[in-house]
Amino acid sequence: MENHLKTDRNPTEKPYKTRIKGMGRYGIFIAFILVCVVLSVVTPKFLTVSNLLIVVTQVSINALLAFGVTFVILTGGIDLSIGSTVAVTSVVAAMFAHPDSYPVIVPILTGLAAGLLLGAFNGLVITKSKVPPFIVTLGTMTIGRGLALILSKGRPISNLSDSFNFIGGGQLAGIPTPIIILIVFFIICSVVLKKTVLGRYMYAVGGNEPAAKASGIQLNKVKMVVYTLCGGLAALAGILLTSRITTGQPNAGVGFELDAIAAAIIGGTSTTGGTGTMTGTLIGALLIGVISNGLDLMNVTSYYQQVVMGIIIIGAVVLDSLNQNKS
Amino acid sequence: MNPDYILTVHGLTKSFSGVKALDQVRLNLRKGEVHALMGENGAGKSTFMKILIGLHSPDAGEIFFEGSELKASHVSEMLKKGISMIHQEILIVPELTVAQNIFLGRETQGGLFGWIDEKKLNQQAAVLLEQMGVNISPTAKMKYLSVAEMQMVEIAKALSNDARVIIMDEPTSALSDKEVATLFSIIRDLKKKGVAIIYISHKMDEIFEISDTITVLRDGKYIDTRPAADLTINTLIQLMVGREIDSLFPDSTSHKGAEVLSVKNLSRAGKFSGINFEVYAGEVLGIAGLMGAGRTEIARAIFGLDAVDSGEIYLKGKQLIIKTPQDAIRQGIGYVSEDRKGLGFIPGMSVKHNITLSSLPNHARGLFIQDKSEAATAAKMIADLRIKTAGADQKVMFLSGGNQQKVVIGKVLLASPDLVILDEPTRGIDIGAKFEIYKLINRLVSDGIAVIMISSELPEILGMSDRILVLSQGKQTALLTRAEATQETIMRYAVH
Repeated sequence: MENHLKTDRNPTEKPYKTRIKGMGRYGIFIAFILVCVVLSVVTPKFLTVSNLLIVVTQVSINALLAFGVTFVILTGGIDLSIGSTVAVTSVVAAMFAHPDSYPVIVPILTGLAAGLLLGAFNGLVITKSKVPPFIVTLGTMTIGRGLALILSKGRPISNLSDSFNFIGGGQLAGIPTPIIILIVFFIICSVVLKKTVLGRYMYAVGGNEPAAKASGIQLNKVKMVVYTLCGGLAALAGILLTSRITTGQPNAGVGFELDAIAAAIIGGTSTTGGTGTMTGTLIGALLIGVISNGLDLMNVTSYYQQVVMGIIIIGAVVLDSLNQNKS
Repeated sequence: MNPDYILTVHGLTKSFSGVKALDQVRLNLRKGEVHALMGENGAGKSTFMKILIGLHSPDAGEIFFEGSELKASHVSEMLKKGISMIHQEILIVPELTVAQNIFLGRETQGGLFGWIDEKKLNQQAAVLLEQMGVNISPTAKMKYLSVAEMQMVEIAKALSNDARVIIMDEPTSALSDKEVATLFSIIRDLKKKGVAIIYISHKMDEIFEISDTITVLRDGKYIDTRPAADLTINTLIQLMVGREIDSLFPDSTSHKGAEVLSVKNLSRAGKFSGINFEVYAGEVLGIAGLMGAGRTEIARAIFGLDAVDSGEIYLKGKQLIIKTPQDAIRQGIGYVSEDRKGLGFIPGMSVKHNITLSSLPNHARGLFIQDKSEAATAAKMIADLRIKTAGADQKVMFLSGGNQQKVVIGKVLLASPDLVILDEPTRGIDIGAKFEIYKLINRLVSDGIAVIMISSELPEILGMSDRILVLSQGKQTALLTRAEATQETIMRYAVH
């Protein structure tokens, strides 16, 4: 039969909404460029190769944590335990990283295993008990901190092998290793999110969980994987940190989860799930790093830096919600 | 100015970023009349109503209310003046009582020094509800009320504002027939008191039952206003779509084939029991019944969204154990839910990604999605179902209801089902899109797919089904052939 009936149309809103949406997507990127331009003008030191390498190196740990937490927030969840995961990983990896004990792969694998296990624990409790992720991971945060202190007997573990210390402190072709690790995992995480079935399912679960279920997606499986991945990336951050400070630190990572969540949210990840990108999160983390570096260069004390950072977080979310309300 | 008119509107124009949503619209509303506002989705009805209640301000045009021009553009201002709207999605505070909801925002008017005098509020609410002839306790918490009762409370709230114009937007979409009857008797009482009602609905039979006058909008333009008595369903549809439809239901040729689904003694405590039926390839089995008869519950159970307590489900002769929707989809069962927004689609995801969501592994090599294969499949489905979208990457939330529904159907079809369950497939979508959905159902059937169609609209059930299963209070009361079925027989079994 011919299409002799017009179907429903909605001529008024489409172009308008698309435009607003587009501004939201590039807003963070424009803000980042603006901040960089301003800092380059204000402090001549900012735009030097050595300073930029320092900034990105410093950002790498927060960025790795933020990638993991982006996965989680995308599905509508939250993970507060990653800071403690950093500490557990740090202690576990350091225990196996003394000179002339094990090959360097052993502390890496044991550290990763510790993080993956904590993440899987979160996933298991969240999917089996239906307790909100906020509560579960709050508990795991305390458990993890306790475990790190137990394993290390409350003391830092020093005397780590040179090969282990190379992970976070070395250079390849003049580029600090943390930057290389950051780039590699940025690519991996982006591919997971954009190119795999799993990534698509994450968006679906966060975008409308009941509809995702009715579409045949196994919610528990997706959540399990997401929390485990988040734990794994936190472990990676923990290994990197331990290697950089050449010490296993049970008190490491306090408050890291908040910086990571801030990076994800500044980068445009919706707190209710369903929208967000790894590029956004990376830029969010870089923006935080650049601002704190810039304030350092301008000799602003760290006390003020915290105030500035808080304002930026709220500002980013306010902008985001304004965009959403318009559309 | 004609003193009979309580509200007159002319030349009302409103654009959104250069696109005209309303163009020179007019309306004359008499005291004590029910005035239906008709038009397809996107015709401009909601924009019009949002201007009347002050949510939008118009670009041009005049609104006269009781003889004086309205310039206000704020909801509470409009409320004070006496224009209230009963929204499609009921806006209530579930944890508060009926009386607290009715007087929300005006609590202190009854009390001394701004204290809330709960007793007085409860008394006032009781008087209001009694005047309406409904039996709802003012002290009951809203969350324990049925949808129909909540609606009555909304009306009471409007009356407590001394509303002289009440706008009702799809007020019956969640009501059973009995509740609709109660609502209509309240509307008739309101008319007697001189309250004018602007009534928006997609349900033709209701429009003709309740309205005195009908105004039609199309593409944001005023088309015509006529007494309801001068119109028939066909002439009204013609005004709405701008051309004649010979028949709302396209011709179909049924080719009943082998048995696809067989349900034996299916029961779920408190919802339905002893359900037995078969569905054959190439036929539409209609399921009719009143709200709460267990229609959706049976569909949800077959699809694995709810567990059953007893009974068996066979697909192509093989017994199925379905625990999750994933099991059902894998076995070849597709479900298009009546709760389109809740269970149908992911609003923030693109048309393309929604369409392939249930069949994504088919477009992936290992873990990786094959973009080209996915895009090609989605493009084909978009063309096939004539989904009107700015592109495959458009987010589904920006589509109209009818096109959202097509996206959901497309998703279900891509999982290559043998059986498709359509639950209220045309609810809330306009007449043109309805017709397309009907054609689509006929196409599925001629492709040899077995279809179960649940619907509250009897004309739709009669127009589309080969056989009709009638449910009443969780039990099946009849399984009628198309020849046996009339609206009267179905209703008789539905209230059995």
